[in-house]
Amino acid sequence: MRPVFMVSGGITKFSKASPDKDFRYMVKEAFEYSLEDVPGLTVDQIDGSVCSYFSDHFTRQLKAGAMVQDYLGLCPKPSIRVEGGGATGGLCLQTAWAEVASGRMDIAVAFGFETMSRVNTWKGNEFIALASDTNFDYPLGGFYTGYYAMMAKRHMHEFGTTVEQFAMVAIKNHRNAVHNPYAQSPMELSIDDVRSSAMVATPLTMLDICTMSDGAAVAILASEEAASRLTDRPIKISGVGAGTDTMRLADRPHGSVLMLPHESEEEYKHLSWPGVHSFRGARAAAKAAYRMGGIEHPVEELDFIELHDAYTSSEVQTYEDLGLCRYGEGGAFIEGGHPALEGKIPVNPSGGLLACGHPVGATGLMQAVFAFWQLQETMAKHLGNDKLQVKDAKRGAIHSHAGTGTYITVTTMERGF
Amino acid sequence: MAKRKFRLPETEEGAVLFNTDPIILKSHYEMDYIHSYAQDSPFFAGLASGRLLGSRCTRCRKVYGTPRAHCMDDGAKTEWEELPLRGKVHSYTTCFYGGQEFLEETPYTLVLVEFDTADTLFLSRLVGAGDSQVEIGTEIEARFRRNSRFNITDVYFVPVDG
Repeated sequence: MRPVFMVSGGITKFSKASPDKDFRYMVKEAFEYSLEDVPGLTVDQIDGSVCSYFSDHFTRQLKAGAMVQDYLGLCPKPSIRVEGGGATGGLCLQTAWAEVASGRMDIAVAFGFETMSRVNTWKGNEFIALASDTNFDYPLGGFYTGYYAMMAKRHMHEFGTTVEQFAMVAIKNHRNAVHNPYAQSPMELSIDDVRSSAMVATPLTMLDICTMSDGAAVAILASEEAASRLTDRPIKISGVGAGTDTMRLADRPHGSVLMLPHESEEEYKHLSWPGVHSFRGARAAAKAAYRMGGIEHPVEELDFIELHDAYTSSEVQTYEDLGLCRYGEGGAFIEGGHPALEGKIPVNPSGGLLACGHPVGATGLMQAVFAFWQLQETMAKHLGNDKLQVKDAKRGAIHSHAGTGTYITVTTMERGF
Repeated sequence: MAKRKFRLPETEEGAVLFNTDPIILKSHYEMDYIHSYAQDSPFFAGLASGRLLGSRCTRCRKVYGTPRAHCMDDGAKTEWEELPLRGKVHSYTTCFYGGQEFLEETPYTLVLVEFDTADTLFLSRLVGAGDSQVEIGTEIEARFRRNSRFNITDVYFVPVDG
């Protein structure tokens, strides 16, 4: 494997509905933005692409990736579509990484999109729930939020986590988004605002949950040689990890914790894991990415994380899976302000899925783009202000996650200059 | 010779338009599947006769509260194992929304059921007790539809004193 660098990225502003532009046009916009950011890069230098979108139902168009490929002028170069639910974007980035790492491509484009506004929200929930077991799970309600709500309840039961602590995640992420012009719902919230918004599935309210959206994102990866030719601020993809778990929550094991290097078995001797309170796949992904990226103490060695906060509760659970705190301490971690912009390790400085939105196939690539800008220290250039720029950010991680943790990727990125 | 005229027949079908700039219109999509439960069929047949079937690994003896034909741990075949009709709430949620086809059923309560004799759980509906009347650990028991639909909703759970 040879080292791989991200050299550029672009995103559209995610929105609840973008009927003026179809998926090809949205990707084109993000692609143009990323080309303009590295003037030396032209379409003819690109060796191929990897395409990310979750649902053929939403797109109502099979092989939509082929249509983007021709729209971007990339034919007859190679392209492949990857799909893994909510983690599709993260998997796409890692597949593009593999295309370059293997030597097959010198410059690869990862592009992703989703156009979820083509059906109403509750039909959209049906489509998403078709990504749960359609024999055993779907017919009970066709509702992923219900599954996450049960995971959240169990986390509260195991560890004493509170709904107020979950609400603090919504407050943090929407507040960060006030400075992010790409975010669709920047706002100042109180715990009371979150708790008094419509109850969706106990204990999760409307403001505990991200929004289905339309949007696109692009990341351009390159070999060391190509990266050094294109930019003086390349960002290295330093660690690549992925994990999985059973489709059905009911099948999750209750065993012992998969340990990270900085943890001891002693601290978890009474914990039955992952059960339905934790994401085994996230732990597996983090472990692999940290090993490859040479990270032993994530909180000390990472300067920020963009993680998949489809739910406030899943952000809290993910703090633990990623080893930012011990299992059981996720609630106290947010309450203590550690993942805040000015905290020990800013989590979702962009505002995350909760505030930016979640056009599934674009989401994991959006995280890569925000992380890329952070590490380049170009947030001010791209966002128009430097309020979200993590000072002196040298190394970060992104985390992409599919329904109840069935597919998860963790990718670490660091300055290559 | 007179010039022949070709024309599509005019019908009364038209578009349901939401907007004209851009043009946004309604487009319908529907299908029937010929769906097989395949190796899981005995489970659904069991529900129709008031039995809840899990599976037991023929090698490691692990018992699955939701059946599968092969064991996840060692890959061996499983055999059918009748589960008790009584269990405990492992986790639960009351849903006030759902997928579109379930909106009329809201609010409904989902429950992950824990059985004494099984190593894994079972997802079901909890009927007769909502969010404030149930907690993790509450004893519940299975009920079955009289007129089977041959889907997972043929079984549901109620509080033991229900």
